[in-house]
Amino acid sequence: MTTTAPTDSSSGTDVRLTAISKSYGAFTAVHPLDLSVPAGSFFALLGASGCGKTTTLRMIAGLEQPTTGTVRLAGQDVTGLPPHKRPVNTVFQSYALFPHLDIYENVAFGLRRRGIKSVKKQVGDMLDLVQLGDFARRKPHQLSGGQQQRVAVARALINHPRVLLLDEPLGALDLKLRRQMQLELKRIQTEVGITFIHVTHDQEEAMTMADTVAVMNAGRVEQLGAPADLYETPRTTFVANFLGTSNLITAEVLDASGDTLVLRAADTKLALPRARCTTAPQAGGKLLVGIRPEKITLTHAEDAGTVPEGRNRVHGRITASSFIGVSTQYLVDSPVATGLSVYEQNIERDSRLAPGADVVLHWNPGHSFGLDAAQSIEAGTDAGEGT
Amino acid sequence: MTATPARQAVLSSRPVRWLRRNLVVLAGLATLAYLVLPNVVVTVFSFNKPNGRFNYEWQRFSTDAWTDPCGVADLCGSLSLSLQIAVWATVGATVLGTALAFALARYRFRARSSVSTLIFLPMAMPEVVMAASLATLFLNMGVTFGFWTILIAHITFCLSFVVTAVKARVMSMDPRLEQAAQDLYATPLQTFLRVTLPIAAPGIVAGALLSFALSFDDFIITNFNAGSTVTFPMFVWGSAQRGTPVQINVIGTAMFAVAVLCVLVGQLIGGRRKRS
Repeated sequence: MTTTAPTDSSSGTDVRLTAISKSYGAFTAVHPLDLSVPAGSFFALLGASGCGKTTTLRMIAGLEQPTTGTVRLAGQDVTGLPPHKRPVNTVFQSYALFPHLDIYENVAFGLRRRGIKSVKKQVGDMLDLVQLGDFARRKPHQLSGGQQQRVAVARALINHPRVLLLDEPLGALDLKLRRQMQLELKRIQTEVGITFIHVTHDQEEAMTMADTVAVMNAGRVEQLGAPADLYETPRTTFVANFLGTSNLITAEVLDASGDTLVLRAADTKLALPRARCTTAPQAGGKLLVGIRPEKITLTHAEDAGTVPEGRNRVHGRITASSFIGVSTQYLVDSPVATGLSVYEQNIERDSRLAPGADVVLHWNPGHSFGLDAAQSIEAGTDAGEGT
Repeated sequence: MTATPARQAVLSSRPVRWLRRNLVVLAGLATLAYLVLPNVVVTVFSFNKPNGRFNYEWQRFSTDAWTDPCGVADLCGSLSLSLQIAVWATVGATVLGTALAFALARYRFRARSSVSTLIFLPMAMPEVVMAASLATLFLNMGVTFGFWTILIAHITFCLSFVVTAVKARVMSMDPRLEQAAQDLYATPLQTFLRVTLPIAAPGIVAGALLSFALSFDDFIITNFNAGSTVTFPMFVWGSAQRGTPVQINVIGTAMFAVAVLCVLVGQLIGGRRKRS
């Protein structure tokens, strides 16, 4: 057997996908896509269901044959190799533990298939790592969801794969356990130094765990970058809406000559630094101004004079407010856009900020971003299943 | 409410309550009795010493038949033939049926749905019809009736039961289990032997047990396709015309005991595995 699975505990390798695509008849699940995952990084593929992220993962595992393109692990082309000859392991959605084998044999499975005879110590160590040493002789169905999830991770990690693929591994767990497992997985990844590629539809999970996030939509990568970059500077409306919440305001460009663009939405003038803009704006053209809800400050209309100079101001009226502990969330209708979302920290709550109150919304122009107006303003709003 | 009517209510409702609590158990026991009673009669009469040829009236206790089960001419020969046919029919039907079930559950091919329907036909068809058509087929082909025609006929009707049992199991199997095996360095053959087959095993065993039971006591189809060969059910039928030797009850009781033993052992193993 010419298995290329490494037996040493070396760190991960880089993964490079070149022009990889997958079609099922007339349906294209993944459009030709280039992706480079650095060795030892925690990489997340984020998108709604059906966006092609799982198909991409399965092509790396070898469970799906790409229609075009190549998969390279550490420079070596593995596109033609069957799954059992690739030095990668997968943690499957719903875990796919072998129901007829106990936990010990599930974890030992990969070692035994590679012809390793003495597996006792390794399996014991691995079960201790995931804190399941006492459960070795249980069957998978006798374990809780969180325990099964840890078995699935142990079963993959024991083989010291070059790359660990995680297909929505936390999807079946309840919220609290999910948070716990996110930290646990991140800790393990830092400890073993293996390249992790994590597929998820939960934007918060992707941002918490990954060094780099690729946001996928309809078989394409919309944007790729560090979580903070994606959040602060989304390049498309899909990313702006899918990753957290964004207020998008359609505005007309009045002056595009300086470093700061002058825009007009309804009768309100807005400023936007050119550097925060992902398109080349032209005077007379349209632009979408995006601003995150927590970056907006609400001031009652009576105190409008206290708003500092240099901030964008928009008038509006509160239509709804909900208190959620750390913050209060407001919905504000204004001439520039309806249903603007604003999150205010509960530090000094102004009791006048109640539904029906006239307010001024203001923000630092450098905190907003500009997007091409030629795309759907709604993209990604209903796709975000994760919260 | 005063104390006296309350106590009366309690007294009068006590048997009612007892009945309500135990009704399910009583119904279960009644059903069990209905099922077991014929077997009890067979067992009791295996210790009978009848006057004359018919073992229908209790005379007196005797273990003659138990000490000499082959005392009747041709009985043990037919029993051994029936067991051989049952074993080979089980092997044949299980192997072919399992392969067919996998093909039907896993692959899309032309005529897949018509094959699925055809597989159910032997179960739905009256046995006499199948018996007669098989006999016609063998006659037209000029095949000599005997062991082989019986075996082929038995495999034919056992096949549908194996396919049904195995197919249900394979269909409900998570395809990710096999992908997980491949992902964990198992070759396609290892995947089949280590994951697919063990998970399908309960369905295969169920199909095999059904096949054995169906083949062993089949009479109608066998009678049409046996020629001059005599299986155990045919022997029983034949001897019932002239008299019923006690040995038939002995064989019947022994078969019943073996079956019960198998179930008990199976449950014991299953129970221990669950507990550990």
